[in-house]
Amino acid sequence: MNKIITVFVLILLSVQSISSQTKISGKVTDQKKQTIPGANILIKGSYDGISSSVDGSYSFTANDTGEATIAVSFIGYETLEKKVRLTGKDIVFNPVLKEAFNELKVVTISAGTIEASDERRTTVLKPLDIVTTAGGLGDINGALKTLPGAQQVGESAELFVRGGTGAETKTIIDGMVVNNPFYSANPDIASRGRFSPFIFKGTVFSTGGYSAQYGQAMSSVLALETNDLPDRTSSTVAISSVGVGVGHNHLWKEKNMSAGADINYTNLTPYFNIVKQAPEYTAQPQFSGGSVNFRKKTSPSGIIKFYGYFNLSNFGFKTPSLDSTNGYKNLFELANTNVYTNLTYKERLGEKWVLNVGASYSTNVDKINLSFDTIRSQSDLSQGRVMVSRGIGKMSIIRAGAEYQYSFEGFNIKGTSYGYHFENRTNVYDNYSAEFVEADVFLSQKLVMRLGGRGEYSTIMNKYVTAPRASVSYKTGDYSTVSFAYGQFYQKPERNFLLNPQIPGYNKATHYIANIQKVDDFHTLRLEIYYKKYDNLTLYNPDSAATLTRTVSNNGYGYAQGLDLFWRDKKTFNGVDYWISYTYLDTKRLYLYYPKEVTPPFAATHTATLVFKKFFVKQNLSTGFTYTYASGRPYNNPRNTPSEFMSQSTIDYNSLGVNCAFLKQIKKCFAVLAFAVTNVFGQDQVFGYRYSYDLQRSQAITPPAKRFFFVGLFLSFGTDRSKDVINNNN
Amino acid sequence: MKKTIIIIALLGIYNLSNAQNAKYIATMEHNIAILDTTRDAAILQNEANTFERIGNAEKAEWLPAYYAAYCYVNMTYSPKADVDTWCDKAETFLKKADSLSPNNSEIVTLQAQIASARISVSPMTRGQKYGTMAGELREKAKKLDATNPRPVYLEGTAFFYTPPMFGGGKDKAKVSFDKAKAMFETFKPVSTIAPHWGKNSTEYFLKQCEEKK
Repeated sequence: MNKIITVFVLILLSVQSISSQTKISGKVTDQKKQTIPGANILIKGSYDGISSSVDGSYSFTANDTGEATIAVSFIGYETLEKKVRLTGKDIVFNPVLKEAFNELKVVTISAGTIEASDERRTTVLKPLDIVTTAGGLGDINGALKTLPGAQQVGESAELFVRGGTGAETKTIIDGMVVNNPFYSANPDIASRGRFSPFIFKGTVFSTGGYSAQYGQAMSSVLALETNDLPDRTSSTVAISSVGVGVGHNHLWKEKNMSAGADINYTNLTPYFNIVKQAPEYTAQPQFSGGSVNFRKKTSPSGIIKFYGYFNLSNFGFKTPSLDSTNGYKNLFELANTNVYTNLTYKERLGEKWVLNVGASYSTNVDKINLSFDTIRSQSDLSQGRVMVSRGIGKMSIIRAGAEYQYSFEGFNIKGTSYGYHFENRTNVYDNYSAEFVEADVFLSQKLVMRLGGRGEYSTIMNKYVTAPRASVSYKTGDYSTVSFAYGQFYQKPERNFLLNPQIPGYNKATHYIANIQKVDDFHTLRLEIYYKKYDNLTLYNPDSAATLTRTVSNNGYGYAQGLDLFWRDKKTFNGVDYWISYTYLDTKRLYLYYPKEVTPPFAATHTATLVFKKFFVKQNLSTGFTYTYASGRPYNNPRNTPSEFMSQSTIDYNSLGVNCAFLKQIKKCFAVLAFAVTNVFGQDQVFGYRYSYDLQRSQAITPPAKRFFFVGLFLSFGTDRSKDVINNNN
Repeated sequence: MKKTIIIIALLGIYNLSNAQNAKYIATMEHNIAILDTTRDAAILQNEANTFERIGNAEKAEWLPAYYAAYCYVNMTYSPKADVDTWCDKAETFLKKADSLSPNNSEIVTLQAQIASARISVSPMTRGQKYGTMAGELREKAKKLDATNPRPVYLEGTAFFYTPPMFGGGKDKAKVSFDKAKAMFETFKPVSTIAPHWGKNSTEYFLKQCEEKK
């Protein structure tokens, strides 16, 4: 009996040693015949297997017999399976792995587009860069002016891109147009953007050739995307040399809902008492406003966002009249009310579909007192937008959408002229609708084509236009891409022409862009050349002085061509991040009252910027400077003959801005003490010239003060931000 | 006789499964011992593969997936690390481990470590999001097992690598490391293959905290 048991046990225990063993060997490579070390080769459901060695080869023994599956896997490749029969006879298997779909390795459309985002890794800028760029004073547009394509137009806050006017750039928040993205100002003094850079998680600055999603912008689109839910509940306090502000953002415990509000008050009286300004202020600039936001996750993929902004501002000053010989001063007083609201909803519908819906209402009222006139100017905009997109295959996507905008423009002027009292009231309404469709077609992971079109109709233009758009990008290497873009862009004439009794038609621009881009984790190199053709620009007879009776046509035209160069390097110098932008611009246009085709006053031939940032970890200090150079811009001397129109040039523009920030954590409070100065060297800046009516006297247009100084303390209280802010564990 | 044969057969099956279990334990022990001594990414990659293969055979065990994830997280500390790709891979293994052993303090601890590792890609922009996430996961791991010293050790490293201006620093780190050290003294892993890492590192960091003063 014992014997029998022993035999049984022996048989049972020796099953494995009796069965035959199969040697499996080979070499793992990818489709380019490169060997893959560290790949995992295994027999499914068993312990048997091995990793490929440095030369990609492998060899192991399988102990099972019969039908089996060999699986070969490695990060970044699709797992390869092969059915085999294990019989004891050697098996040679040379797996060729196919590269897996990888978002990072897929080509992106880069012509004309500069993106700041945390979500995509290979972006030119990070959202934080916008705040930490010296000379920008925390203003989004200030930072974007350090990028190629943008002009340095010191008398305006607007973005003048590639020979376009400021009005040719549209600001868009979460897909909804912003009518008045800047604080109201008088024509010769630059103001700032209204929106804090901290509320946006993504910024796309398009200098041409952009998507069919965007219309009514002939030169540029600045598309901003607001934050999703915050990481935590927090409160902020800001005290600076120009004002104070407080805010609170609450995140619900379930982390699916947040609500926040902030209020701020800015008063330049104390600052202007210390730093002398050129104009004589009758009312010191004051701004009071705030914003509210609400965000709710309606499902794992759905989110509702609301953002509401309001602001009241006023200021007034007197400047000596050029037309007066007895010291008369012109008055300019402005009171502004601005409201902007934006409600959006995004949700995934099933596997493939994504729905985006948005609605927005905004209003802007400027009340202006001049020496003899009072003006009330109002712009209201109500809009709705729907977009659906559907993924096709792993990469391709098709988008379609529609927009509707109802706008009201009101202009009311009252005054006395030669003892005669007059009042003029103009109200204009427009119904604008647009629909667009666009497909990103990936012919491979390396080649993408974006084809789209946009149809637009405006009741005031009373014309339907279609604007085709196309771009192609090809990835020539792991880090380099070549792109081309083409597009047609229509835009309604500027606001003051809409108020004209005879309204001109659409202006039109056509873009052709070629771009080479090389981006790795630490370097960015971009080179872009472009040609832009302007048609149907607004033109009127210079002799008809009276604005409201002049005859206006679309007979204007023009072009812009040039080269944009960008280089950013975060690695070569320890702890230093710097970028260099260079813009060459050749542009001429016949428009407005111009007697002939000339380079307009908002275009400099050469513009160059150097941005430098360094972080001193031990001293908790972040520092930076921005040096900007622009060649002189044309201006018109009316004393010259019409053949010499716009033939004179201002002096070159030079400016050095510096900033530094000291950071400190005090208990649960995170403090930032920031200093900034613009035009440190006090270099002379001239933006153009004004002439008296009789041409006897002239005056340079200059900034209201040589420099701007800023000191601010920002405190943020949250549920402990300290953990892991910087982890050097690598 | 019939009865005897059945008994013998059952005995044999028992033996077989026991042998299988012994093979599992022995293979795991052997490979975990390698993890205790290396930081080399190539070796860790091989080990990750081995643990993946073990998990492929031992479908009910959470530890092979846990250790595969552990390998990938530790690979991210090597030069030329592909941090996000490896963290993504580690997360897929942890998801599998979590489905086999939900609410496991050790698994949550590794999730916290992944979040911390992701910060290194871009500390300035990722610090807040992933720092907060790592902190919350460490707290969750502590709650799930108050005797687990590893989340406390990770908290120490977080303070250690965070500059004092952001509320970190060696003094704060030392408090956590001291606490972790005391916990390691009393911590008894439930088995020879249960997670036991962190003790030597705690002592290494404690020395660093004291040295630099």
